[in-house]
Amino acid sequence: MKARVHVMLKTGVLDPQGEAVRHALGAMGFDGVKGVRQGKVIELDLDEGATEADVEAMCEKLLANTVIESYSVEMV
Amino acid sequence: MHAAVIVFPGSNCDRDLAVAFKAAGATVSMVWHKNTALPEGVDIVGIPGGFSYGDYLRCGAIAANSPICREVAAHAERGGYVLGVCNGFQVLTETGLLPGALLRNAGLKYICKTVGLNVVTADSDYTSGYGSGAVIQVPIAHHDGNYYADADTIAQLQGEDRVAFTYTDNPNGAQADIAGILSPNRRVLGMMPHPERMADPLHGGVDGVALFRALAGALVTA
Repeated sequence: MKARVHVMLKTGVLDPQGEAVRHALGAMGFDGVKGVRQGKVIELDLDEGATEADVEAMCEKLLANTVIESYSVEMV
Repeated sequence: MHAAVIVFPGSNCDRDLAVAFKAAGATVSMVWHKNTALPEGVDIVGIPGGFSYGDYLRCGAIAANSPICREVAAHAERGGYVLGVCNGFQVLTETGLLPGALLRNAGLKYICKTVGLNVVTADSDYTSGYGSGAVIQVPIAHHDGNYYADADTIAQLQGEDRVAFTYTDNPNGAQADIAGILSPNRRVLGMMPHPERMADPLHGGVDGVALFRALAGALVTA
């Protein structure tokens, strides 16, 4: 089984990379992009029986830095 | 003073830090990241700059979970001294020994230059050799040095006089111009600038020397 973890900077934490992407889109003529936030997706290939709680523990301890990042877990 | 300098795969300021400690009179042990114990009698652990584990996942995140870092945390909890420079500061925030986090520089560029630092507090065994309010010149070399913490944490750091250094001209977007902070017991210091790169006249300046000398004075081996 697999899990997919989405990690994003928390709301209110400046995302300079997202801002740079937004500027680049505007410069390319893609109007109407009001904001860009850039995060990451981590896919885990897990033993059968692994639970969402296991993956959340991994997020808390390593995969996300909860000072600046939020995460969500999707079991797939 | 017995200093242990931790070496991770990707550390690149470990020998510079060792040289600066030795010049101040320290005995220095280099400690590989897979070690599960610090040498006997270590007074201070130095976590050097560099790109531990290639900065994979987040700067310092994997180093913070390495075997030796558990020992470094135990050393700090016993009241031991820990100095984290640049990537070492990132490691210290990832371990939770210091609050906050280091984000990508606001201008997105890697910055390598000498900057002015205000010594905000002389009340620590790192900064006692400078007067409070002194301005020193120390190089930075980082891509992720933009200090972030929530407003309450920033207020607490300022209220407890735990901001050690601020930038005179903020290069990276750091909140409250913060370049370095202290732990509550003032024995753990994390800073983005590199004092070990201003520790010999051939470096172009010696403003980092007072930090190592002050430590040596405070940590005279019994």
